[in-house]
Order: sequence, then structure tokens, then C-alpha cells
Amino acid sequence: MKQTISVLVENRAGALNRITGLFSRRAFNIESLAVGVTDDPTVSRITIIVDSGNSVVEQVEKQLNKLIEVIKVRTLEEGSYIGRELMIVKVNANSKTRQDIMTICEILGARVDDISPTSMTLELSDTPERLETFQAMLRPFSILEVARTGIIAVQKGGGKI
Amino acid sequence: MKIRATQAIMECLLEQGVDTVFGYPGGTILNVYDELYNYRDKLHHILTSHEQGAAHAADGYARSTGKVGVCFATSGPGTTNLTTGIATAHMDSSPVVFLTCNVTEPLLGKDAFQEVDITGIAMPITKATYLVRDAATIPDVMRQAFAVAATGRPGPVLIDFLKNVTDPSVMIDYEFIPWTENRSCSSIQSLARSHGLKAPEPDAQDIAILADMIARSERPMLICGGGVVRGRAHRQFRELAEKLDAPVAITVMGGGGFPGGHPLATGMIGMHGSRASNVACDECDLLIAVGCRFSDRVALQPDTFASQAKIVHIDIDRSEIDKNVLTDHHIIGSARRVLEMLNPLLPQYSHPEWKAHILSLREGAETDEGDALTHVKILEAIRRLAPEDTIVATDVGQHQMWSIQHFHFSYPGQLLTSGGFGTMGFGLGAAIGAQLGNPDKRVIHVTGDGCFRMNCHELSTVEHYRLPIISVVFNNGTLGMVRQWQSLIYHNRYSATTLDRGPDFVKLAEAYGLRGYRVTTPEEMESAFRDALSAGCGCVLDCRLDIDEMVRPMVPGGAHITDFLIK
Repeated sequence: MKQTISVLVENRAGALNRITGLFSRRAFNIESLAVGVTDDPTVSRITIIVDSGNSVVEQVEKQLNKLIEVIKVRTLEEGSYIGRELMIVKVNANSKTRQDIMTICEILGARVDDISPTSMTLELSDTPERLETFQAMLRPFSILEVARTGIIAVQKGGGKI
Repeated sequence: MKIRATQAIMECLLEQGVDTVFGYPGGTILNVYDELYNYRDKLHHILTSHEQGAAHAADGYARSTGKVGVCFATSGPGTTNLTTGIATAHMDSSPVVFLTCNVTEPLLGKDAFQEVDITGIAMPITKATYLVRDAATIPDVMRQAFAVAATGRPGPVLIDFLKNVTDPSVMIDYEFIPWTENRSCSSIQSLARSHGLKAPEPDAQDIAILADMIARSERPMLICGGGVVRGRAHRQFRELAEKLDAPVAITVMGGGGFPGGHPLATGMIGMHGSRASNVACDECDLLIAVGCRFSDRVALQPDTFASQAKIVHIDIDRSEIDKNVLTDHHIIGSARRVLEMLNPLLPQYSHPEWKAHILSLREGAETDEGDALTHVKILEAIRRLAPEDTIVATDVGQHQMWSIQHFHFSYPGQLLTSGGFGTMGFGLGAAIGAQLGNPDKRVIHVTGDGCFRMNCHELSTVEHYRLPIISVVFNNGTLGMVRQWQSLIYHNRYSATTLDRGPDFVKLAEAYGLRGYRVTTPEEMESAFRDALSAGCGCVLDCRLDIDEMVRPMVPGGAHITDFLIK
């Protein structure tokens, strides 16, 4: 089961290393991880997606809380948060296929970042499921490169961690 | 006030009340040692033979005194030599601050001479690591490091200073703040906000629930873990045990948390636990574990552990709850605080039948009427001749288990042993630290021939500082505990465990300027040990044992707690 963990940490060298170290020591894989500074430049937010059982995540949450670099940890309940991921994808495109690709982009709300006689570079920011759909639709045109940021998430409503 | 950065390091140690430090100098830490020379009257530096010995000594000092240990080392191999010592302290929650130096900033990451990423290496074996690149942060980092090491669940912290930060020309602002007040400085406060730099206050409701569970229990039992020792909660724990009138088992780390000779004591629990402790665990209806983490050597088979009981876990570290064994109730807080709140809620209970049943399984101290020298004869002589408050530092293996089974430890810090990490070679370093921290107490180092060989070069430290430590070597010519497994589980295939080689430990002791004794009979043990006690210098007793003596009883790893492989 996929779980989303949101962690506020001190923005300093080694903090990320310590946090990912906790996961690797228990031999479970991080599906995605996104880090960025918050409104307070001394604090970063890390959003981690892991695929494992509740008890494992609970244990990791407790362990994360012990790290002195960690300020707050929260496992976000399914449906209680806004989660978004950015994907940039470069796809084969020529004068024949360009219009079809544009249609897909319009339907899913993607943007064209760059264009060349043989390719198009597109960006889409959405839920991981919609990104999967977008990617699947582009596959027949032959995808050259994909880069994804991993999910960033905040809670719905007025609450904050 | 402007002072040198290195001076600030020393002043911060004095702020914390440090008077003894252990370590080994080298290239990158020269500036710090040069400053230490100015402070040699206030900071007693103990030079060991090897950084690992220094780390164990600082650890032993911390465990036996309850203060924070301090250890210095230089970059590269100096720091990697510390790592076994750091991990040992980490696994047993011992507060030690390690101060290391690294190459200068422009060389960082360039594979310079003696450069290694020690903050990276030490990450999983410390509570926190700091890399100091800005001298102005030294006072904050030092104060934070000591606070982190000593509060909550204690543990080691490493500070790595870049060499340029320690340059004598670097001056920083510094103001003396005694450690009792330095919690008010800004860096500690910001840390305190997110981490509550004090033990969590126990929840009164949780404690009331436990009092209620106790009232409904007919067959309660207690486990005394390392948290009772580290938290110096032995008095409160004893009061609880007596009010509960319940059998008390100890873990390896719990040795000294509850008097071994107490009428309710059933001895160790787990792999080499006593029959009384293990059966009590299997049959009790309420198991209260204080400051223990249900390691795989205690909860050998987590699924069937205390299967008839409601399990209650009292621990300072929330992440220990439900980690190894699923519990029915838990209380977060320091052992001392929780028990201080719990005890007044309890009336005097009496469980005569249950107690009589469990205590009848106690075998009493092993006795041995034979003429041959056995582990029982050695331990019996030590117990009889050494003062009652003798500190015992052990290494790891058979002699360790025998010591914990045989000696009755009665106060925290009396037993120094590497329980979690199982570090061979820990004992002599720890004994050195303990003797320096407790100059008025007798310190005995109990070891095996395998373990002793690992760090016996610290005998030169024993000799130089004139420490009257007695090393009792259980010399059976083998790695006894491994051989025991080979005998019982590996069909007597003694792969690489026989130590049919030198050195002659008596000559070795003499080479280091100490006294050595060969002990082959109980009478020789008696006379050698008497002599050693009055020798006033370090002594080594080379005690020759049969190669096939075993630690009894034994439950193999992963088996049910009463499925004894040998009795």
C-alpha cells in the first residue's frame, strides 16, 4: 500500500542523507522523494512515497521523529491531501503526428515547452494517475525521455503540519 | 569576549563539567591538542594505544559515572578506528561526545591525506553528527551535542571540525554559560522546540491504566532493562518489584538495575536466561518490561513471547514500542519518572503461590565441588575476595554470560558490558574508563583469551596511568561461545575457533610492566587473586580452563523461550 509521508527538516547538509538512510537500513524502497525549501529558508519539506504496510510506516515515522534534523513528520491519509507531480517528456514528433500530440496535450492540460522538426517536449503537472495516462497516450509516438519530480503534497483545508 | 576557536572548544568542555578526556592525536587535530596543552591542568587527557580503546574508555567512563564521556581523534584512520566504539555506545545508549577533526575546507572532498567522510560513516551509529565549517558556531554546536547526547534516550554524538576552523588565528565570540543554564542559548532552544530536550512527561492516564492492569493480574512479572540502569531508576524499580511481589528478570543491559541477590530476582532472561526467568515469562499473565527493547536475545521468538500475558512496555523512546514485540499497553517516559508516578498508586500486593512456583525453579548459584579450575571456581573466588561494590567490565562471549549469571550486581554502572553490539575487546577500554571515573572503586576486567587478544595493547595505558585493573582471562584456548554453537548446532565442526597459539599472557603482562599470574588450579586462583588485589598495579591472571565448558542453560535463537537446548 502506498503511503505519503510529509517531513519538515532543517535545511542543512546531511539532513536528507540521514532521512533516506533510515529507509535503506530497513531495506525498503522509496518510490518517490521530493525536497524543496519552505516559506522559512531554514526549513525544507520532504515528501516521501513508500510502498509498504502500516506498521512499517508507523515505525519509520517514529524513527524519523527521533532525528534531530527533523522538525515534524506526518503520514498523510489517502484523500486528505493535495498531491501533485511534474513530468517533462520528450516525444518523437513530425509534421504528421504533431497535431495528434497537441490534442492529447489539450485534453490533459499539458504544455508544450519546446519543439523541433523531429520532437516535442511537453510538461504536465498533475496527480500521478493522470501522469500515467498522459505517458500511456504518448507511448505510441515513441517517448525519447521522461523526467518526473516525485509527488509534493500538502494537507487539504486549513490544517498544516 | 573574543577567544581562539580551539579555546572555545576547551571552555565548552569545562562548561559541561568535563575533567577527563580520552583520545589520540594526529595531523588534523594538532591545533586542538596544542590548545589542550594550555588546559592540561583542567582537562586530564588519557592517551590510549589505539582510538578504539579511547572510544571504549570514554564509553566505560560514561556508563560507570553517569556523566557524558568525551573522546578525541584525528581524521581518516583515527576516526574510522573509533567507529566500533561509537556503534557500541549507540547500541547500548551510552552518552559519549566524539570530537574529531577533518582536513581544511579547500581540501574537503579532494581525497586529501587522511581524509574520510566520518560524519557520513557515523550517521547510522550516532544520535547526531555535526560538521563544523564555521568557527562561530562552535559554542552552539558543542552545547547542542552535549544536550543531545545526555537527554532523552542517551547516545553518542560526533562533531567533526575542519582543520581551518581550529586554526590558532581564528577568534570567535564566546561567553561562559554553565551547562545547567545553557539550555537557554538560542540553538538549544530551537532544538528544544522541535524535540523537547528533556524526557517526555509520562501520561497520567496511561499510568492509571497500568495500575488497573496490575490490580487484575494474578501472575505478574517484571523485566529490568537497560533503561533502569541508564536512567538510574534502580530505587524506584525495586520499590515497584516489592510492592508487586513479583518475580524480576534482568536483561544483559539491566544488570545492576535490580539487586541480583534480592529474594525476588530470578536472574537473566532470554537465550542464556535462567529457567525461572524464562518459565515466568512463558506463564505470567502480566509482563511489565521497563526500559528494555525486546531484542532477539530476549524475545527469541517474538510471536510466542509471553503469550499468556498482557505485555506492558515502559520506555523513553517511542520508536521502541511495538518494534520487536507487539504490546498491549505502553507508557512513554523515563523509567524513573514513570515509576515515581506509578508506585504511589499501588497498594502492597501479594502473590504467594505464583511467586513460590517461579522461585522454586531457581537453581541458586552454580557450585562446583571438584578440584579442577572451572569458570565457577574463578567467579566464586572473585566474588568472595573482591569488595562488594567492585565494578566488573566484561568482553563478549562465555565469560560475559557466566559473569552476569554469577555476580550479583546491585547498582547501575557496576556491570559494564557490550550487550547490544557484542563488541569483543570492549572490556579493557571500558575498565580503564571506569577506573579513571571511579578511582576509589575496584575495577575487574573479566575477559576471554579471544577477546583479550583484540585490545590487549591497552595494557600499556593501564601501566602508564598506574591503574590497578585486574584482567581475569578465561583462557580455554578457543572462541568459547562460537565453539559452543559449533558443538551443539554444527556437529563439532570447529571451523577457525581453536586458539592454539600465543602469546603467553603472563609474559605479555610482564612485557607491559604489569604483573602476570598463571592460574591452573582453584588454589592458584585464590592466591593469585589475593596477591593481585594488593598489588597496586595492573595484573593479568591467565586462567586455564577446559576447552569444552559451556554456558548453561541455552535456548537457541528463534526458538520458544522455554525450549532449552541444554539445561
